[in-house]
Amino acid sequence: MVESKTEISVEALRSGNREEFARMVDAYSGPIYRLALKMLGIPADAEDVLQNTFLKAFQHVKDFEGRSSLSTWLYRIASNEALMLIRKKRPEVTLSDISPENDDNSDYSPAQFIDWHPLPEAEFLSSESQSIMDSAVQHLPENQRIVFILRDIEGLSIQETGEALNLSEAAVKTRLLRARLRLREELSVYYGERLKKGEKNERG
Amino acid sequence: MSEVKDPKCHALLGSLSDYVDGTLSEELCVEIDRHVAECQDCHIVVDTLRKTISLYHDSASGNLECPEAVRERLFKTLNLNDYIRH
Ligand SMILES: [Zn+2]
Repeated sequence: MVESKTEISVEALRSGNREEFARMVDAYSGPIYRLALKMLGIPADAEDVLQNTFLKAFQHVKDFEGRSSLSTWLYRIASNEALMLIRKKRPEVTLSDISPENDDNSDYSPAQFIDWHPLPEAEFLSSESQSIMDSAVQHLPENQRIVFILRDIEGLSIQETGEALNLSEAAVKTRLLRARLRLREELSVYYGERLKKGEKNERG
Repeated sequence: MSEVKDPKCHALLGSLSDYVDGTLSEELCVEIDRHVAECQDCHIVVDTLRKTISLYHDSASGNLECPEAVRERLFKTLNLNDYIRH
């Protein structure tokens, strides 16, 4: 997350300064909305999460102790809101869904071995490619999805991701690895096809 | 489609994130370098994993603002209308 040019004053926030709160909203609404949209995939849901995040931040800023950075604190609220909304919308949760780690390695070992990484850059910038990437993220279990978004899309460190999600660094790393490998599998299926198509066109 | 069979390939999996992030101990890093140089499947996994991560990373570099209408409703919900900048 980009810290705003003039540092936002936590003191002013805690004393109820509305102008400072507005500056915080300006600085962080973009990244928080993006996190919510990547997490939920539906703009209306993302907007709910965005609004609830800042409403809660407004209510609780008095208690913000500054042990983590302001951005990590906001990501923490937003992550909770997003996960709560996902679980609320899916009431038929089974035990295996909420167990912290599903430890079978079936979703872990690579099965796709096509080297698509040298595809022309234009392939990766197409809108079809973008929507494949977004839906691949949507297919991740939510506890991996949130870790991947915070770490690899929003660019938090492993430690900050752990702070935002109340997870140990080891747990963050495990989920991150699984998420990355799963996404690689899914992208390999799509880009592998694109690669084959390109080769066929070159021959034919 | 084949599954990874070689136990070496499987052992490498757990360290892949640290390997591509460059946060692995030098000793382990050298060991993986050596394996990847010889094992084509692992070589592909490493290259495409790196590419996967960088594609997602790059996809987030633009559009940091939320849509204008969303932003306006947010300021209204928070009673911050007086401070909205256009
Ligand atoms: Zn190998």
